[in-house]
Amino acid sequence: MPIITSSKTQPTYDVIVVGSGAGGGQAAYTFTMAGARVLMLEAGRNYDPVTETPMFQTNANAPLRGVATKDKPWGFYDSTIDGGWTVPGEPYTSASSDPYRRFNWWRARMLGGRTNHWGRISLRNGPYDFKPYSRDGLGFDWPINYEDVAPYYDKVEMLIGVYGSNDGLENTPNSPAGVLLPPPKARAGELLAQKKAKGLGIPIVPIHRAVLTTKQDADNIPAKLHPGNAKAQRILAEAMRARAACFWATDCGRGCAIKATYQSTTVHLPPAMATGNLDLVTDAMVREVLVDANGKATGIAYIDKSTGQDFVVKARVVVLAASSAESVRILLNSKTAQFPQGVANSSGLLGKYIMDTVATSLAGQVPALENLPIHNEDGAGGAHLYAPWWLYQQQHAGKLDFARGYHIEYSTGRKMPEGGFSSGLEWLTGGSYGRKFKEDVRRYYGSTLSFGGRGEMIPNDDCFCDLDPTVKDRFGLPVLRFHWKWSSHELRQVAHQQQTFKTIIEAMGGKVRNEPAKDPLTVIRPGGDVKHEVGGAIMGSDARRSVANSWSQTWDVPNLYFCDGAPFCSNADKNPTLTIMALAWRTADHILERMQRGEL
Amino acid sequence: MDRRTAIKWMLTAAATIAVLERDGVAAEGAPAAAKGYGTDPDLLKAYKPGDVWPLTLDATQLATAAALCDVIIPADAKGPSASSLNVHLFVDEWISAPYDGHAADRKLVVEGLGWLDEESRRRFQIPFVNLIAGQRNAICDDICYAPKAQPQFAKGAQFFKKFRDLTAGGYYTTPEGMKDIGYVGNVPLASFDGPPPEVLKQLGLA
Repeated sequence: MPIITSSKTQPTYDVIVVGSGAGGGQAAYTFTMAGARVLMLEAGRNYDPVTETPMFQTNANAPLRGVATKDKPWGFYDSTIDGGWTVPGEPYTSASSDPYRRFNWWRARMLGGRTNHWGRISLRNGPYDFKPYSRDGLGFDWPINYEDVAPYYDKVEMLIGVYGSNDGLENTPNSPAGVLLPPPKARAGELLAQKKAKGLGIPIVPIHRAVLTTKQDADNIPAKLHPGNAKAQRILAEAMRARAACFWATDCGRGCAIKATYQSTTVHLPPAMATGNLDLVTDAMVREVLVDANGKATGIAYIDKSTGQDFVVKARVVVLAASSAESVRILLNSKTAQFPQGVANSSGLLGKYIMDTVATSLAGQVPALENLPIHNEDGAGGAHLYAPWWLYQQQHAGKLDFARGYHIEYSTGRKMPEGGFSSGLEWLTGGSYGRKFKEDVRRYYGSTLSFGGRGEMIPNDDCFCDLDPTVKDRFGLPVLRFHWKWSSHELRQVAHQQQTFKTIIEAMGGKVRNEPAKDPLTVIRPGGDVKHEVGGAIMGSDARRSVANSWSQTWDVPNLYFCDGAPFCSNADKNPTLTIMALAWRTADHILERMQRGEL
Repeated sequence: MDRRTAIKWMLTAAATIAVLERDGVAAEGAPAAAKGYGTDPDLLKAYKPGDVWPLTLDATQLATAAALCDVIIPADAKGPSASSLNVHLFVDEWISAPYDGHAADRKLVVEGLGWLDEESRRRFQIPFVNLIAGQRNAICDDICYAPKAQPQFAKGAQFFKKFRDLTAGGYYTTPEGMKDIGYVGNVPLASFDGPPPEVLKQLGLA
């Protein structure tokens, strides 16, 4: 990936984009393809999945057989570098010492950010998901609705390549014909669960993931995405042809050297670079957004980590896509006479209403899956099926004791062994060793499975971040302090999740490894743990009760926008990345129009 | 193993406790001074135990570890023994790692290996490596399943569980171990065809 150094930046740009992940990548792509001149700032190092991805390395060649450590907290071969739950020299703090009120913050300091590592699950929010308050009186409605975003979901899905099927389920939108790539065939355990869950009234259907199950249609998609723009069409067609279809090996979390999955580094940034309109500076740690006396953003001050020097760069428009919490932090650290509490914080709501995904899991073992004939179940490097939330009507009728739903992701199959392989198997073997143990391992291999819930959290007053009054990072910048508390809605939802998983495992003829917990607080994953943190600069239709408007434009500073999860005012069970990209494209289109009209 | 540790391990249920004062494990439980591989390691390089941080076990301990590895995973028709794949060196790498939790495993494994020899000498007057299979099994039967272990073997069972987990993790991640269980992935395919017909038939999904 070509990059420039801090000394080579232009005097001014049309747009500065802070962050190179899903939102920043999409924004930079949209701007540069339309001809706008963009400077992208990334806090981490340059990173090239084509040359750096360990595609076929096996765990025997990794330290500690590849298991997670503090240095590589999602496993040795996970693509995340210089990050994870901790970033050296860049701490964050928790307001409470109560372990059940902690918040975990996953950061990646690398080009492409967390898109290199993510699970590729790409679900659309449905119509209900934009109007949750109207539906149950909790949380906030978005100032936009599904129809506003649907065209951008279509475009993003065509651009990045998403497999899946259209099943017409409630609040689980179909994509237009020809947009989705064909779903992969399901694995043995996935099929068995599908069959047994059907008997329980739980629909299991193909999941949507950003993995190319076939080559993209490079002859037709570019004209649909960039009508009337021959240069953009040519660049995108070339970029699409440079991507291979999945070859059915390698976990997607390692990244993908053949570009079969969406990563910003292989999908958004190469065409953006090819336009000649993108300058990219890595190792650029943003200090603050600069705002002039008229209340307009003039640019960004950042620290070049390679030299420690400060730089100022200027643009007509500033777009924050640093990840929701990091964007909030940048603004809280940007103080002027006009904005003593941080830029764009006249509402006092900056940092408020952060949300993550409600999650727990339950593992089990299914005798029917023992001793299956040997076959390859690597598949698309992640899940092939899932269960969308299926109890909308019961919930709406007040028959459940929690207000928002969850979808089920589950994991089965004959996977490549990792360091913890067969750990704790004595719950099935009674402690065998020797030849009996070897026979047991063969027998049980592929017969264990795990169900996980991914549910909607309702924003609440106890979940927010602010600046720690004393702690600073190695650049001298105040760090974030997180406040967290689950409400009874999330805890009751988790209890329902665990009971559901037990029911499915038993319907498959299996047994659970551990019974559902009596106290859901002990099994709900901590805040931030699912890495779906959004909010902190919620959008709304009232400047006193939100930070941004329906275009993710800050109410206070007209040329300052968000293109990450910060403006989310609800966090549906649907994994947020696809929506972040769709909203980023929509916001970038809006900025381009306003720039053309001379309004920015 | 020092006297206090030995007593803790053997408790008092055994009629005689032949506590042997031995040296060589003074460092047990001490935090490793070494550093880890850092947050941006070379992912394409092949690593082996000892490449990133120094190892812990001496020759006697390694021999005991290798012997125990093979009690847990011996050679059979489908795969070689654990020690022939140097799984005991992976155990050493594990307990020597400078990451959270590994110091506790180091203490457990180093003390456990010492205890195994003590127990072997107590029962059979020779070290564990010199025992015949039936003698090794006599000890391991007492510690192979923590929920049913006698109180005096509780700590030994905790050690055995950890050691079995490490041995399995070390073994089944090797090419030979993956072949043993029938993992046939990690190869590029032109298409993914789902389960073969015989699998669907066995599951009643055909």
